[in-house]
Amino acid sequence: MHSMFNGDFGVVLVNIFLLAILFATAVAIARMRSLFAIVMLSGIYSLVSAAWYVAVDAVDVAFTEAAVGAGMSTVVLLGAMLLTSRTAKPEKLAFRLGPLLVCLATGAALIYATVDLPALGDASSPANAGVGLTYLQVAWFETGIPNVVTPVLGSYRGFDTLGETCVVFTAGLAVALLLGFGERSLAERIRNEGRSGERRTNKVSAASDEDPA
Amino acid sequence: MNTDHHVILRVIAKMLIPVITMFAFYVQFHGDFGPGGGFQAGVIIAVAVILYALVFGVPAAMRAVPPVFTRSLAAVGVMIYAGVGFWALLQGGHYLEYQALFHEPPGEHHGQHIGILGIELGVLCGVSGAMLTIFYAFAGRVAEIRDEDW
Repeated sequence: MHSMFNGDFGVVLVNIFLLAILFATAVAIARMRSLFAIVMLSGIYSLVSAAWYVAVDAVDVAFTEAAVGAGMSTVVLLGAMLLTSRTAKPEKLAFRLGPLLVCLATGAALIYATVDLPALGDASSPANAGVGLTYLQVAWFETGIPNVVTPVLGSYRGFDTLGETCVVFTAGLAVALLLGFGERSLAERIRNEGRSGERRTNKVSAASDEDPA
Repeated sequence: MNTDHHVILRVIAKMLIPVITMFAFYVQFHGDFGPGGGFQAGVIIAVAVILYALVFGVPAAMRAVPPVFTRSLAAVGVMIYAGVGFWALLQGGHYLEYQALFHEPPGEHHGQHIGILGIELGVLCGVSGAMLTIFYAFAGRVAEIRDEDW
């Protein structure tokens, strides 16, 4: 705790600020009914957590969170939102009790678990002392790649990454098989547009087409 | 009279999409030296196409990047990744052992660079193809995004 008054006070302040924004965003998401606002706020939540990952020196995780959480899942959720209604139905009070209890229990268990966690950047913590230290010592000689994350993912754990790629591929395949490949509903429309050139079907051209008839 | 009130959105998106794609390739080929790699670059490329689809409509995006291409790309990506492993096998090494690609002694890194470049390319294709397939599966079910949806 002495680090708080040791020049790292600014870092602590940034952490508290970012986590406070995360908390406020989460509360706002839980209280909202408009699905569009919820999707946008969850994108903001991902972006702020990406900023927080940078603050705790996990740059690669931050990058992935910004690209996937804020970019990809926001637009996929927007696409999913178009298939359903725009507002969530309010639940009965009795139905909210169960999730609340689950959240409180999980939160209490997590806070209880943080007591045993090593300090951030502790050199003798299991993550830094064991295989992590070995990677830092041998990765440069064995692979010659400056960013140690890349050889860990590509060289030392190449099978894991192959498995992850297969998981992503399987997810895409499963969604495509469940929802259809997407072009079916659009196939006729694209064919019609192709037949009549690049004509835009907006209101103006539709009206001018109908006037002579 | 021009009824297209998304004109600013379209102009800005048209300017941004090439920059986003360029940034994706920077992330892809700079993964050895800084944060990033195939997964992030694949997602960024997918997001560039999805931005195009959101602003100019899904049919326009499907003409530019057809769904049959995206799902083939996902499969080809996994095949590229697995192919690097088989390449190492054919050179007499273990599966995905990049050191064996050019029969190098320990301490030489040409095979490591080429091997990682290859699997990152596989991840790039696999991830961007799968993400676009997922997006098309969702977005292809509504013919057009109406103005009141925003």
